[in-house]
Amino acid sequence: MATAPAAGGNELLVVEDVKKYFPITRGIIFQKTVAQVQAVDGVSFTLNQGETLGIVGESGCGKSTLARCIVRLLDTTAGRITFEGRDITKLSRASMRPVRRQMTMIFQDPYASLNPRKRVGFIIGEPLEVHKLGTPAEVKTRVQELLEVVGLNPEHYNRFPHEFSGGQRQRIGVARALAVNPKLIVCDEPVSALDVSVQAQILNLLKDLQDEFDLTFIFIAHDLNVVRHISDRVMVMYLGKAVEIASREQLYKEPKHPYTGALLSAVPIANPELGRKRSPIVLEGDVPSPVNPPSACRFHPRCPRFVEGHCDVEEPALFPFGGGHVAACHYPLERWPMEANEMRRGAKAPEQAEQALQT
Amino acid sequence: MALLEVKDLRTAFKTEDGVVQAVDGVSFSIEKGETLGIVGESGCGKSVTCLTIMGLNPKRNTVSSGQVLWKGKEILGSKPRDLRAIRGDEMSMIFQDPMTSLNPVHSIGKQLVEAVQLHRDVTTRVARARALELLKAVGIPKAENRIDDYPHQFSGGMRQRVMIAMALVNDPDLLIADEPTTALDVTTQAQILNLMKRLQQEFGSAILMITHDLGVIAETADDVLVMYAAKVVEQANVDDLFRRPQHPYTWGLMGSLPRLDADVERLTQIPGQPPSLLRPPAGCRFNPRCPYVMDVCKTTEPKLEGAGHDPSHLQACHLDQETKDREAAKLLAATMAEAG
Repeated sequence: MATAPAAGGNELLVVEDVKKYFPITRGIIFQKTVAQVQAVDGVSFTLNQGETLGIVGESGCGKSTLARCIVRLLDTTAGRITFEGRDITKLSRASMRPVRRQMTMIFQDPYASLNPRKRVGFIIGEPLEVHKLGTPAEVKTRVQELLEVVGLNPEHYNRFPHEFSGGQRQRIGVARALAVNPKLIVCDEPVSALDVSVQAQILNLLKDLQDEFDLTFIFIAHDLNVVRHISDRVMVMYLGKAVEIASREQLYKEPKHPYTGALLSAVPIANPELGRKRSPIVLEGDVPSPVNPPSACRFHPRCPRFVEGHCDVEEPALFPFGGGHVAACHYPLERWPMEANEMRRGAKAPEQAEQALQT
Repeated sequence: MALLEVKDLRTAFKTEDGVVQAVDGVSFSIEKGETLGIVGESGCGKSVTCLTIMGLNPKRNTVSSGQVLWKGKEILGSKPRDLRAIRGDEMSMIFQDPMTSLNPVHSIGKQLVEAVQLHRDVTTRVARARALELLKAVGIPKAENRIDDYPHQFSGGMRQRVMIAMALVNDPDLLIADEPTTALDVTTQAQILNLMKRLQQEFGSAILMITHDLGVIAETADDVLVMYAAKVVEQANVDDLFRRPQHPYTWGLMGSLPRLDADVERLTQIPGQPPSLLRPPAGCRFNPRCPYVMDVCKTTEPKLEGAGHDPSHLQACHLDQETKDREAAKLLAATMAEAG
């Protein structure tokens, strides 16, 4: 399995061919597995210390499942996750606990991820207590310090989550993730529930914290603008597979996979003149079910460059394009930007050439 | 005569904590075939504006004033029966969340037929044919087989298409779309926006598009209203708004947007949060968050008036024209540098 080579520096996290299948069972006593949801199906990447990896994809592409596998909230079906040189895939709960101090999570919904019955001081201090870091007095000082770091008033220590706005709650979530001084923070759609002006505040905060504490982020979002803003490298997922991994500049300037191209062109541009000039590539239909994914390249039923007898028969491997840029496509995009009809024509070319040879 | 004309619309809700002025003096008009966008953050009153136009606010605690002229006729405060005749027929609405706005216990065919028969005296067979025609028009594959399916059997994007089909089933003159694509993925959003544009050309309806996404506004709207804390702060043609934004709040919104078409190292954030509408700040409502705040902003409310360069570009800000032009140019240079 091809791994995106790291751009140098020390590897903090290596994910190799990780799979997560959820069984669909039937029967009450004798449960039979009748099918499997292939939520994540063979994803590999490396993450360097201090780097931000953005993961984008539509709902149901497996990005959140992958995040939960990485922090071991879910056990993987197959594959290996190495954190700081140590295989953590099969660690027991007890031996996993010290590792959990090194990797924390920020969740999407700041309303659902904070316990409404607990005070903010308790919510942020709980990780410290779980890991037995400090006396109650020390925990309190640390919590107040954290509140200040994320831009909240330390006097709000005794308030309840409902007394805060959405953006402030997400700051509490950030403070909680920071409490144990982790190396890796997995952010699962941390800003998608927030208004744009508040979203900018949280994005700036995350960037500042990364500089200050040398944090490594995995940043999951469906908003390509947000991912572009915060990431160093970006992975595009489609139906459980990584279809393209590249540095931010490469991915947004010269995407190779048609799906990445379609995603980029689907984003509305906040510039009416520019918006009128381009014709977006509009994909047909919906994302297929991961229970019964399409054969070979999973994108082929929706792909404008689909070539019959090739894309639906042979699965494309992640092909390197230099500089750590990999994409899984038999007919990668030659250039960018591209119009919808050009994209189609480009793909038909080899097929027509073949037909011409046969006749 | 404009299709819809709204003059000095005000809506207040009486709550236990006091009166919330959710819409405070909003005026605009929409012509046939035109798209008007309303943009603003949650709680700025954009949804309440539509609900007031449609007469869908709860009667119990709502006080509305001003004028809503539908084809020249006042409909604000009309009898429910008169409103029902207009709603779903001449004027229809697409709601944000297709999961909760379709009835889960009836098939979509039945719901569409009901929408037709409420306004047209036709047989079920004719109504069903019309429903099927619309489902095909909005691009539901194998519509004949799917018309008797229930909402849960459709994906989010497909459900939103059903909502659009239902809104268009009686050829409305005005379509009010309240965040029609917020709950959808980008590729599905592109499909839906494309569909709405195509249908607008085909049926010639006007669209009132409500969204918090400046990108969606830029792609769809002809004219734009920017709302903040129940008031209109800026109103202009879409090109002019993006080329010469005149209000610090609009600058803030544009600056805080991470974008594909430009590299920005750090987003310009708007500090603080929108004010509570129970006790809005005195003077200009944006003054506690505004980086350009002056003494006059804290005491005197700025009027919505024509900008220096174009009297049809309305804005409500005390800043002098020179500063505004300078800041707008700066913002434009920063965000559009790469786009050229």
